[in-house]
Amino acid sequence: MSLWVIDKQAIAPLVTKMMNDYRVVGPLAKGVKFAFGEIEDVADLRLDYDTSILPPKKYLQPQEERMMTFTRSGKPVVETVIDAPPTIILGVHTCDLQGMHVLDEAFSQGFPDAHYLRRRERTLLVGIECLKPCDEHSFCKSMGTLTVSNGYDLHLTDLGDAYAVDVGTEQGAALLNRYGNADNATEIEMQHLNKVLAAKWPRFPYKLEFDAGELSSLMSQAYDSPLWDQLAEICLACGQCTLVCPTCFCFNVYDEVELNLQDGERRRRWDSCQLDEFASVAGDENFRERQAARLRHRFMRKGRYLHEKYGELGCTGCGRCARSCLVDISPVDVFNDLHGARV
Amino acid sequence: MTQSTVATAQEESVYRPVMARLLKVEPMTELEKLFTLELPGGRSLGNEPGQFVEVSLFGIGEAPISISSSPSRSNGTFELCVRSVGDVTRTMHGMEPGALLGVRGPFGHGFPIEKMKGKDILFAAGGLGLAPLRSLINEALDQRGFFGRVIILYGTKQPSEILFEDELRQWADREDVEFHMTVDRGDETWTGNVGVITTLFPQITINPRNTVAATCGPPIMYRFVLMELLGKGIPETQIYLSLERRMKCGVGKCGHCQINDLYCCQDGPVFRYADIKGLEEAL
Repeated sequence: MSLWVIDKQAIAPLVTKMMNDYRVVGPLAKGVKFAFGEIEDVADLRLDYDTSILPPKKYLQPQEERMMTFTRSGKPVVETVIDAPPTIILGVHTCDLQGMHVLDEAFSQGFPDAHYLRRRERTLLVGIECLKPCDEHSFCKSMGTLTVSNGYDLHLTDLGDAYAVDVGTEQGAALLNRYGNADNATEIEMQHLNKVLAAKWPRFPYKLEFDAGELSSLMSQAYDSPLWDQLAEICLACGQCTLVCPTCFCFNVYDEVELNLQDGERRRRWDSCQLDEFASVAGDENFRERQAARLRHRFMRKGRYLHEKYGELGCTGCGRCARSCLVDISPVDVFNDLHGARV
Repeated sequence: MTQSTVATAQEESVYRPVMARLLKVEPMTELEKLFTLELPGGRSLGNEPGQFVEVSLFGIGEAPISISSSPSRSNGTFELCVRSVGDVTRTMHGMEPGALLGVRGPFGHGFPIEKMKGKDILFAAGGLGLAPLRSLINEALDQRGFFGRVIILYGTKQPSEILFEDELRQWADREDVEFHMTVDRGDETWTGNVGVITTLFPQITINPRNTVAATCGPPIMYRFVLMELLGKGIPETQIYLSLERRMKCGVGKCGHCQINDLYCCQDGPVFRYADIKGLEEAL
């Protein structure tokens, strides 16, 4: 689609206008890190952030959400509830755009998940091109997520004093028309953009020692690797890696009842296959009791299972799991070790 | 600014149960009761043998329960044989006819009854494993002419844990059913076989090529029953197992019931042994 340019000075008024009609969220400083949050003052928006603690998937699949309300008194009444405020997410990195694409597939294939899909439908994504690695844990280039050509409504590239704006969808175009003050990119600006995009690639290292296209077949041969037991020795089974993952979507469902014991809500919240009760059933049977098996299961989902089921790898190379791991288990090391053991 | 929307009919959530009425509650053992339920308007559940439903008790939660009744006897109702073992099932056991409870489903893949036609069927049920198998047994008996021999092996820990006693007697009395049962430990009234279910296998002779096996029981049982079935020469492609997992959502999303790359709630709960024998997490 068409390419536009918007002056950096024009971003603040644009976002302010959006805030009248949408919940507008974006990267904000949180201590020495960054987190996606609802923007209250445009001056807080940090499109120059490195990475966020949690991926912006939390706006599509919230940590907790209501699924239905019920009342038990008299004739029971159950009503589906979908909390889906119209939302614009600003400054989504390309790895996270890919993460959302994985979630789109998971929640739409088979039985469609109306809760996720309604929220997705009401969410507009404004991506931003990464021009330097977040930190030493990023391996987006290896995973092929260092850039994307779709999955966004608008996509920004920092040109210094201005942003180049790529329009990805009609909704994106409408957003720009309605709130923006953008101009068609000139020949000179296009050339500038080409230079910026060309210059970024060498700044990102390849971290995997093999092509990500081989990951799925590598993982199918790695099931009996001794690595799982070795890692389980140090893994604390805390579940942080799954909490920060842009493609983890497992959840648990539970009921909450008011003090009157009659009215309540059925809710769901993020769950983690790393926690020991994840696969347990009533009557004390636990179908994935060993941490080595749980840890392996997570890597199998990331490297193989999701790919087989949805056609997309479950790892985007964002590096968050490695960054948050208390004992430094990193997918780059795991995948490289497995590859090294094979050759 | 949180706007919530109440979903409209055309985008109804797959997680929303319908309210079914409890028609009958029959105690079976100390831990198990048989519940007969009716969907709104008496409409059919439309299940195939081996499928399950998610039962909802609002304020308590939801649990996957296998359907115990056969489609051939549905009559606008369906039956669940439930052991009191968790929050939902314990509460269910306190419920009385007339109560309403939420139901979603049926979900998953059941037994491929059409493929079984023309063959001898060997059933091996351990304990509560009879609950899902009963659906297929009665379906096969109601279409008796389509099947060769019907052989039923059933084992429980002790006589007090025997389920569907009246029905077992009917099966045992039928000339066209070969019924064998055993208990791990007898008591003063027990005059039948004593020993685990595998002790029944030497009593039967089969034509393996023409036999399909359907089995369900506690996790520990499968390994031994499979050895017996394979030991009789039944092909791996003709052995079906119904597996239990934490099938929380029932629709292949929540992740709890995954068996390697398969979802028990969608790919199963009935699996062909040939399809899962390579999966370490299956058995």
